[in-house]
Amino acid sequence: MTIADPVDIGTRERFSSEGWLAWLARRSEAVVIPVLALLAGLAVFGVFLMLVGKSPADFYGLVFQAAYGSSFSWQNTLSRTGPLLFAALCVALPAKLGLVVIGGEGAIVLGGVAAGALAAALASWPGAIAIPVLGLAASFVGAVWIGAIGWLRYARGVNETIASLLTAYIAIALMNHLVEGPFRDPASLNKPSTAPLAEHLRVGNIPGWDVHWGLAVGVVVCILSWLLIDRTTWGFAARIAGGNVRAAEVQGLPVGRLIISFTALGGAFAGLAGMFEVTAVHGSANASLAAGYGYTGILIAFLARQNPLAIIPVAILLAGFEASSGLIQRRMDLPDATVLVLQGFVFVAILLSESLYGRFKIFAPERWRAG
Amino acid sequence: MENDLGLWAIPIAIVGGAIRVSTPFLFVSLGEVLTERSGRINLGLEGTLVFGAMSGYAVAYQTGSPWAGVLAAAFAGAIFGLVHGVLCSIPKVNDIAIGIAMMLLGMGLAYFFGKPYIQPVAPDLPSFPLGWWSDLPQVQAALRINVLFILGIALAFALWWMFRATRVGLVIRVVGDSTDAARAMGLRPSVVRTFATAAGGAFAGIGGAYLSLYYPGSWNEGISSGQGLMAVALVIFARWNPIACFGASLLFGGAGALGPALQSVGVSEGYYLYYAAPYVLTLFVLIAISSKSQAITGAPGELSITK
Repeated sequence: MTIADPVDIGTRERFSSEGWLAWLARRSEAVVIPVLALLAGLAVFGVFLMLVGKSPADFYGLVFQAAYGSSFSWQNTLSRTGPLLFAALCVALPAKLGLVVIGGEGAIVLGGVAAGALAAALASWPGAIAIPVLGLAASFVGAVWIGAIGWLRYARGVNETIASLLTAYIAIALMNHLVEGPFRDPASLNKPSTAPLAEHLRVGNIPGWDVHWGLAVGVVVCILSWLLIDRTTWGFAARIAGGNVRAAEVQGLPVGRLIISFTALGGAFAGLAGMFEVTAVHGSANASLAAGYGYTGILIAFLARQNPLAIIPVAILLAGFEASSGLIQRRMDLPDATVLVLQGFVFVAILLSESLYGRFKIFAPERWRAG
Repeated sequence: MENDLGLWAIPIAIVGGAIRVSTPFLFVSLGEVLTERSGRINLGLEGTLVFGAMSGYAVAYQTGSPWAGVLAAAFAGAIFGLVHGVLCSIPKVNDIAIGIAMMLLGMGLAYFFGKPYIQPVAPDLPSFPLGWWSDLPQVQAALRINVLFILGIALAFALWWMFRATRVGLVIRVVGDSTDAARAMGLRPSVVRTFATAAGGAFAGIGGAYLSLYYPGSWNEGISSGQGLMAVALVIFARWNPIACFGASLLFGGAGALGPALQSVGVSEGYYLYYAAPYVLTLFVLIAISSKSQAITGAPGELSITK
């Protein structure tokens, strides 16, 4: 099974050697096909809307208005983008090694619980020290949680897709147990939660924006992940192992360490998403942590074709759909599951588009090569 | 003092719970056995289960007949399976990823169309009181056997016989073990796989109808919490043998009944941890039977999950 990009030896090839048209043709396939697939998915969803008697034009108009129409809606969209960036990386990084890890939700909720519980103990620390410590603790919990899936895959051959989804259910049960039991703040009556965070431990907004720091950290982490995969020998080794494990082992690459470190890194990022949800959004750890970001992250990673840089625009797009959910429910009288249906159609479309690569002559560099 | 069973109430409640909870596991795992024996994996059965639960409930409510609901759920499941099968026949399309997408789509569609059916009450499926010989209400409750449970056992034996002794069973097994051998015999592997996936989807749909029409017996968005996914792991545990699926379903059903059974005798401490028992059990079973160096015994040769 290969879901990772094939190792693209020609990436470093300067386009001067083949002519810029050939270079452009070769590179644009990876952008044009996913965009077409996305549009096809949105079109199929439009047909679905017509079948249930709603207007697709109204729907997409409302989405645009609610997600990108004003500075308030941009703020709403961008504050949902942060956790999605982390969640998508938790899928994309293991995918570089050919693993389909879909349990990021588990690392998010446990990272959040870790941050929420630890914050109570660190209340007397200054924020500048305590907040990074909370981030580290949440990353550590997430790294162990998802890294264990990688280890089980490598050491025992356990299917990582099923195992990671099972551990997500276990993590949510564990979170419910912890916030209703050992870590519960007795004052939280209606919604069991950990103790509310001290004001100085709460993560604030990016100066000049109404969006918390999670977004900026998420963007930086996406760029760093891209550098790791595309510009380091460690990332290059991972891409080789993702293409063919046996060949990588014959080459003497440390496949086990690669698998564990990439899954753990993905888990660490997902844990960080939970920490930001607690410190910047909810103010304590509770069941709101299981908001489904981990599952939307799966779709984002696939739409971005597991490329960390592409995750950024795709996450903004999908966050926009989620941000407009409330307005669509009110204005069009559609159920809240509407966005889920839309995501399902887009997901199927993007997977089907895999069979289109290499089919279109217009993308073949030979056609454009000078001389 | 005949109602005061003390700790005996726990095993009785677990046995009864195992019988009640196992039926959806049984149907989904039998559907998955059929699909996987043909060499394909359908991870989307969780979505099929949820959609089956919704469509079964809605049709039972509209027509007043629970059996019409079961049929509708089977039909809807077959459609989902058919779509999965057709999509996976396209070159370079990954069956595991399509399964994840179909899981999301199935749940999304079920919640979308199921919203109006959360309040109304649909008729339940009938059941047989096999506990009539006992005076204890707990035993009577535990041995109230649903018709679908018995149908599921019959289906397990029928599938077992089909794989062993019929031409259809042989065709599915050949396709599942080697695409090349199947082609050489003049079979069309992707057609066989598509039909096997559709039939498997129909079984999963029936499992969903059991959830909404018998136990827990109502439709809501939290009706399935991973039973469809656990059933996939259960199939590996049962080594693709339909009769072993029945035993494994009872085991998983018993694990699922642990939390409610303890709660019924007043143990509420750590309720969520008991609730997680089936997931933990599934995970450990998966770890125990997997192996790094060799394929799992009994696995169909073309199955991507064990490669």
